[in-house]
Amino acid sequence: MNYLPVLQLAAPETIVTLTVLVVLGADLTVLRGKSLAARFNVGALLSVLGCASAACLAFHRHVDANLFNGILVVNPAVDFIKVAILALTVFTILISTGGKFTDHVGEYLAIILLATIGLMFLVSAEDLLMIFIALELASLSLYILTAFNKHNAQSAEAALKYFLFGGMSAAFLLFGFSLLYGLSGSTNLGEIAKAIAGKGLDPLLLVAIVTTVIGFGFKVAAVPFHLWAPDAYEGAPTPSAAFIGAGSKVASFYIVAKIFTLGFAGAEGSAVWHGYVAGWTPTIAIIAALSMVLGNLTAIVQSSVKRLLAYSAIAHAGYMLLGVLGNNPPSASALMFYVITYAVTVIGAFGVVTVVEETTGGDAIANFNGLSRRAPGLALCLMIFLLSLGGIPPLAGFIGKFFLFSAVVTVGGNLGLLWLVILAIAMSAVSFYYYLRVLKAAYVEDAATDAPAIKVPALTLLALALLAALVILLGCAPGLLTRYL
Amino acid sequence: MLAWTIYITFIGVLVLMLLPRDNARAARIVALLTAIAGCVVAFVGAIQQTNPGEVTTIVKADWIPAIGANYYLAADGISLVLVVLTGLAAVSGILFSWNIEKRTKEFFAFYLALIGGVYGVFLSFDLLLLFVFYELTIIPKYFLIARWGSTRKEYGAMKLALYSFVGSHLVLIGLIAAWVVAKGQLGHASLDLIELSKVHFTAGFQHWVFPLVFAGFAILAGMWPFHTWAPTGHVAAPTAGSMLLAGVVMKLGAYGCLRVAMVMFPEGVREWQWAIAALAVAGIVYGAGVALVQRDFKFVIGYSSVSHMGFVLLGLATLNTIGLDGAVLQMFSHGIIAGLLFGVVGRMVYDRTHTRDFNDLEKMNVGKLLPFAGITFVIAGIASMGLPGFSGFVAEFQVLMGAWTVFPKLTILSGVGILIGVAYTLRAVQKGFYSDTPPDAAHHDHPLEPISIPERFGAVMLIAASLVIGFFPSLLMNWIEPCFKSPLFERLLKGGAL
Repeated sequence: MNYLPVLQLAAPETIVTLTVLVVLGADLTVLRGKSLAARFNVGALLSVLGCASAACLAFHRHVDANLFNGILVVNPAVDFIKVAILALTVFTILISTGGKFTDHVGEYLAIILLATIGLMFLVSAEDLLMIFIALELASLSLYILTAFNKHNAQSAEAALKYFLFGGMSAAFLLFGFSLLYGLSGSTNLGEIAKAIAGKGLDPLLLVAIVTTVIGFGFKVAAVPFHLWAPDAYEGAPTPSAAFIGAGSKVASFYIVAKIFTLGFAGAEGSAVWHGYVAGWTPTIAIIAALSMVLGNLTAIVQSSVKRLLAYSAIAHAGYMLLGVLGNNPPSASALMFYVITYAVTVIGAFGVVTVVEETTGGDAIANFNGLSRRAPGLALCLMIFLLSLGGIPPLAGFIGKFFLFSAVVTVGGNLGLLWLVILAIAMSAVSFYYYLRVLKAAYVEDAATDAPAIKVPALTLLALALLAALVILLGCAPGLLTRYL
Repeated sequence: MLAWTIYITFIGVLVLMLLPRDNARAARIVALLTAIAGCVVAFVGAIQQTNPGEVTTIVKADWIPAIGANYYLAADGISLVLVVLTGLAAVSGILFSWNIEKRTKEFFAFYLALIGGVYGVFLSFDLLLLFVFYELTIIPKYFLIARWGSTRKEYGAMKLALYSFVGSHLVLIGLIAAWVVAKGQLGHASLDLIELSKVHFTAGFQHWVFPLVFAGFAILAGMWPFHTWAPTGHVAAPTAGSMLLAGVVMKLGAYGCLRVAMVMFPEGVREWQWAIAALAVAGIVYGAGVALVQRDFKFVIGYSSVSHMGFVLLGLATLNTIGLDGAVLQMFSHGIIAGLLFGVVGRMVYDRTHTRDFNDLEKMNVGKLLPFAGITFVIAGIASMGLPGFSGFVAEFQVLMGAWTVFPKLTILSGVGILIGVAYTLRAVQKGFYSDTPPDAAHHDHPLEPISIPERFGAVMLIAASLVIGFFPSLLMNWIEPCFKSPLFERLLKGGAL
């Protein structure tokens, strides 16, 4: 057996793995005893270099390969998703550089990179086993990232909660996967689809569908499997929360769409109004509707911005699930556009929260009072990110919603899924209220007179400015992104 | 040329953002110059357009080919009228907010961003572009009111923002549905308004999509019973904010009803014609009746706006040329007159006396203290009552003529609204300015600050505009009339069939 082709095909992942070692080594040796900021900045620089070279490699190779029957699938579309994940990792690392939540800089950055490797393998996999292993590599890294703030008991509690829920969901997934293997005799998605096609919905398949939906429901924090999310977002160090909300979302939704459209082809059923047919699309339609409604309504009453963003993430997961149940190429590419632009926006929002939290000591909405005077640039970035999340044109969030809803509404012919789209649009009108509450604090309220000045670390400011520019650019010229999807 | 109204305004926003934060004077001057430049461009561009009956393309470029969206700016006579109105409203609003001292540069940045969005809506002939500009106006509105407003400002601002947002989302649902159906018929994705107006949507489809889109826009036009944002929003807003809300923002809604909902779904309009007319007349009478019993001066003007916008909607519902002509002219006329009324009440009176309560104002005899304000309000009141010689008369007269042929009973009812209009205006003049009570001695110790030059300029400009159109309506009618003879409106006027 020759392992060279494996290494070649997995070159971007290999580069990131090497970066992990370099970052860890540098932090152990050269950077020992230096100041926290210096260690963060140098470590971030090394990680960014590693990610950038991996991304360049993935972007410029045009390979089409399928290794070991779906264990490692490489093609330009997958490579582009990897580039997006790497870019999101870079931004997450940049916004974490001002952090004071940990002394273990090397480990923190290394674990972010390890999670990234997991996500990269995840999007490359078309085999249940590989999907599971990659997902667990990413998930375990995320649990650790959540627990990283050792000065804060909430962080440990959040991580434990996340871990227990995550472990449960892994069990559900494995159970579903084992049933699928039993039904089809294969772990390859394509072969599973072939095996179950035409057999109708036998009860075993139904159980497999439901447990898989539950497993991934936990991962993407869809209602009713969302309970870990608000606590994890609130307790985790903010850059970790950004990573959970951004990079991991992109990979998760990519793989969810792949498993259901590829692996369960033939068992999709129908969620069309007055045209219900049992299958996986109605299951996902229910979860999507619940997530949109509950996420948005619960977000209204939050006073912590991180919790608010968590509930908004739940609501957005609902919109994204619409893209999954669209189950056709236009919805798939609209879904990926939506997820990527959402991830870009949400990292930016968490970046602003990080800065505010570090300087004012909390993330309550009141801590944002008078931000437009204390840090005008930061407030402007926050406005762009939140308005994009709320779906105000011409920002990326709006165009993403337009793509997604107009792609989904055509599914099944004759506007059959219009009911879900109407629900989604109505709920996004609701969401406007809570985003505006945060912006009201930043732009309308005055800061307390003894409020400390806000200093934005240079690298974070750079990252935020780039992200804000990206949100505007992708909103005005979405073609820049859609041509790769 | 006309596209520069949008660009200049947004360049003004950028310049304002770069100004040092404490230089209020520079901010005012930049804002005024920007607004004047926009207004001049609007006038020159409008006069240059040789054939106002036709949709004249200004810019058309690919934007998002995948969904058929173009960057398509164009104008016909209706757009011209409203663009000119926006220019006038923008300049006068800045003149009336010359005294803003609190975070001046941010105030004017939001103000100009709102104006830029409004220009954009009136010039867009691509649905997505129109929608983008339409939503772009919501955010500055919110911040203008929440930050610089008065009475219950945060409530008023949030209410306005949520109403606008709900309205625009209704529109979005209809838009996506229409886009999908049109794609099936045309064979390619298109958001071009002219192309979409030729698509034949089935009657069943129009039956439910039309009310959705129409109501979505009409919320912003203050259609009863969705008008409740208007009085609270107007009252809470700073003077320039109310002037813009009543002056141009409500017109955005009415414009959307006409340009998008009615042109795209002509059969739907026929079906819902009666409902629209009934709601419009309800708004006329209800707005006027409520205005009659208000104690807060600004609420009187706020409810009068609801009443006057009712005439616009009634004109739209007539579906005949004369009624539609009147509706568009009424949009212009009300924009000018409501702006003036809010300017007098908000800036000239409230900023000086710090009260809008009629009981307090009655004791002050403001007409004696501020003769200019008194006279301006009387003139504006006369214009608002619809007396001949002012723009309001020509407009409302045409609306009523148009409505008479279609719904005579409703027209008589709306006549009651006009009568109440006379009553509440006279009441406001009497209580607000010329009461019999002798002025309180206390108020003579602190003489009110005299009316400033910018205010005088603003007031004279608006009065002049209303008078000119009152005496020479043909100036605008020459732009409006040919539009309704163009192919774009053919189906609407001929009852939906091709």
